[in-house]
Amino acid sequence: MTALAETARRVPIRPSTSWIVPLALVGVCVFLVVGSLQSALFAQQVISGLANGGIYASLAVALVLIYRATEVINFAQGAIATFTTYVAWQLIDWGLSYWPAFALTLGIAFVGGFALELVAIRPVERRGSQLTVVIAAIGLLILVEGSVGWIWGNGVKFMPAPFPSHIYYLGGVAFSRQDLSTIAISIASVVLLWAFFQFTKVGLAMRAAAVRPEAARLVGVRVSWMLSLGWGLAAVLGAVAGMMAAASPSVLLQPSMMDGILIYAFAAAVIGGLESAAGAVIGALLIGVLLNLLGSYVSWVTPQLLLPAAFVVMLVVLLVKPSGLFGRTRVRKV
Amino acid sequence: MAVLLALEDVDARYGQVQALRGVSLTVDESEIVAILGANGAGKTTTLRAVSGTVRRSGRIELAGKSLGRRGPEATARLGVAHVPEGRGTFSELTVWENLRLGAHVRRGSLQADFKRVGEFFPWLEARRNQQAGTLSGGEQQMLALARAVMQRPRLLLLDEPSLGLAPLVVAEIFRILRELNEQHGTAVLLVEQNARTSLATAARAYVLEVGRVAFAGASEELASRDTIRKSYLGY
Repeated sequence: MTALAETARRVPIRPSTSWIVPLALVGVCVFLVVGSLQSALFAQQVISGLANGGIYASLAVALVLIYRATEVINFAQGAIATFTTYVAWQLIDWGLSYWPAFALTLGIAFVGGFALELVAIRPVERRGSQLTVVIAAIGLLILVEGSVGWIWGNGVKFMPAPFPSHIYYLGGVAFSRQDLSTIAISIASVVLLWAFFQFTKVGLAMRAAAVRPEAARLVGVRVSWMLSLGWGLAAVLGAVAGMMAAASPSVLLQPSMMDGILIYAFAAAVIGGLESAAGAVIGALLIGVLLNLLGSYVSWVTPQLLLPAAFVVMLVVLLVKPSGLFGRTRVRKV
Repeated sequence: MAVLLALEDVDARYGQVQALRGVSLTVDESEIVAILGANGAGKTTTLRAVSGTVRRSGRIELAGKSLGRRGPEATARLGVAHVPEGRGTFSELTVWENLRLGAHVRRGSLQADFKRVGEFFPWLEARRNQQAGTLSGGEQQMLALARAVMQRPRLLLLDEPSLGLAPLVVAEIFRILRELNEQHGTAVLLVEQNARTSLATAARAYVLEVGRVAFAGASEELASRDTIRKSYLGY
């Protein structure tokens, strides 16, 4: 009976080994700082790793946002990000300068994400289980990625960077403006999102709708709209990630450009515990830096091995701490 | 007194199980009404029928507006606050966030409301940043009540506020309930196992039996009739 379902909610249990994770993170930070002070090359690799990590973080937080509300991984997140990045490219191609195109793209991404939830996810969710939603998301992935190729072609396009390229030197270490701006933009977008959830009425309502949809409806929160809103915000984060990734020389604007990044973001979200945005950010930065260091210091780790390496990291974290770094062990009462 | 809530011939079902069969009842403006009855009699379902959290049919009106086709979100917007059984707080959120959520359907400044809630529940202020799930059972029940106060409801639906709580805490909750009713004219539809306490608080009561209204009347009348007391109220 429905009254029983209410009491069968999941009960969080705090792990007793909660000191391990902060200790390990402090250790990693010390290692990175000391290494950077020792070697200029190391410092450069850390910075560009953080820039990659920032891109993964934006997408990982988008995944967490939707997972928290519906307990479904949105596999279409990367394709949606690619689509919006092409929209930005198109706007710039039509003559808009970078920042107006950037802002307009975020707006289009929000409306698009909102509409996708309304049209493709809500009807399926109402009738089916989480599995049907996952299948719908995979369908969206194929549909959106296909339409990118159909509209813009499969060739590689050139996406301008937000700032003209420039190298700063600090104590013999070269920092590229590209990397620094990527780090700054991804941090800014995640912090803005956090502030939205923490301090606004709608943000609070979205959190309430995610943790207790039934109770949220009783206080007047329109839960189904909150889900659409979540998709809109996730699409905005994806657009940020996509535009930064496309400007990076190692990715370039092409229909499949987010495929790899989505997998890194997924690994980052899992490492962070899937329900924690902060965990996803830390997981993403860890993966970004670690893979960059592996790629430059371990001679046999070729670019082809980086994706598997991300999964090895994820598996190790899950073996040590099955709920992720910041996830909570949960017991399902039946 | 004008009728605030009117149920007429209301049926409700959970899938194949029919939980209410032609229930009719009214709550006047500023009135406290109790629903009594054994487990499974349909007390909770009656509240859920009003707030729109169960499938139901029949006429349900709040101050002349039909609630029949409205979901819980819309019902809350009309001024109905439902505090479900088992606290119904957002245990993952802080005390303060729970209170803010209570006022979700309202616009404008909440300062006056925070002050008002602080008068009823002075201890809340010091605990405002505590996670609601870490409060004791009694505190969570009071937080659920405080959250409902933030909504400034015309009608409060209160389900088993005494469940699993110490007698002193129960007395405190009922004291606050009476104060709320006297000071702000909030009407209350109260479901309660503890018949003695609820009859002492409510002006009128309905006794439900397997989804039907078996008896209705003023509280003193129900309490004084031995047959009803012994067979339905159990004291």
